[in-house]
Amino acid sequence: MTQAPELPLWATIIVAGFVVYGAALTLLGTIGLARLKTFYERVHPPTLGLTMGNVSILIASITCFSVLQSRPVVHEVLLLFFVTLTTPVTMMLLARAALFRDRSKAYDERIATEAQLAAQRQADELAAAQREAAELSDQQ
Amino acid sequence: MNVLILGWALTVAQTLLGLAMLFSTFRLLRGPRAQDRVGALDSLYANAMLLMVVFGIRAGTPLFFEAALIIAIVGFASSSALAKFLMRGEVIE
Repeated sequence: MTQAPELPLWATIIVAGFVVYGAALTLLGTIGLARLKTFYERVHPPTLGLTMGNVSILIASITCFSVLQSRPVVHEVLLLFFVTLTTPVTMMLLARAALFRDRSKAYDERIATEAQLAAQRQADELAAAQREAAELSDQQ
Repeated sequence: MNVLILGWALTVAQTLLGLAMLFSTFRLLRGPRAQDRVGALDSLYANAMLLMVVFGIRAGTPLFFEAALIIAIVGFASSSALAKFLMRGEVIE
């Protein structure tokens, strides 16, 4: 349960604080993902929460391993770079795809409504012509 | 004492990240349309990566860093491929 590396007090405080802070921010972003109403609102919170949560947890990781191995260990910067770069790109691609799908759905609906209206108008005209023909045949 | 503090902080962080994964799983199962599910999957991937990093801190070896890196890259590739699929109807044109 409480297995953890042996660090000096200052490093312990930094690592513990940053880990809990980052995890809480990530949780906050994901709660936003679960609770907000429309898709375009839901795109933002995970991006913001995950980016800052990543930064915090990776700072904790860098501190922990630098103190453990008593030399600067900065390979976590690679992960930081990847995640900070890729999360917004993914969400932007997704938002554009969603926008495209919504637009094409609205377009399809408009086309369907117009076709329905045109069919209705044709049926009305046909009925009027038939009525006229019936009146003419009655007069004769 | 220090080990105790760090151990409890890591436990709390793992619990919070697990809760975050639970929330994104909820959105993944519930999401009204496909784009909601893809976004939830992306967030699930990122949470799993962070959980891996926290577990690496607990174990005290930089071994789990590679696993986290692979999860991050595969997550990005899969999410962007799925977004492309939603947009065009096929992945490679």
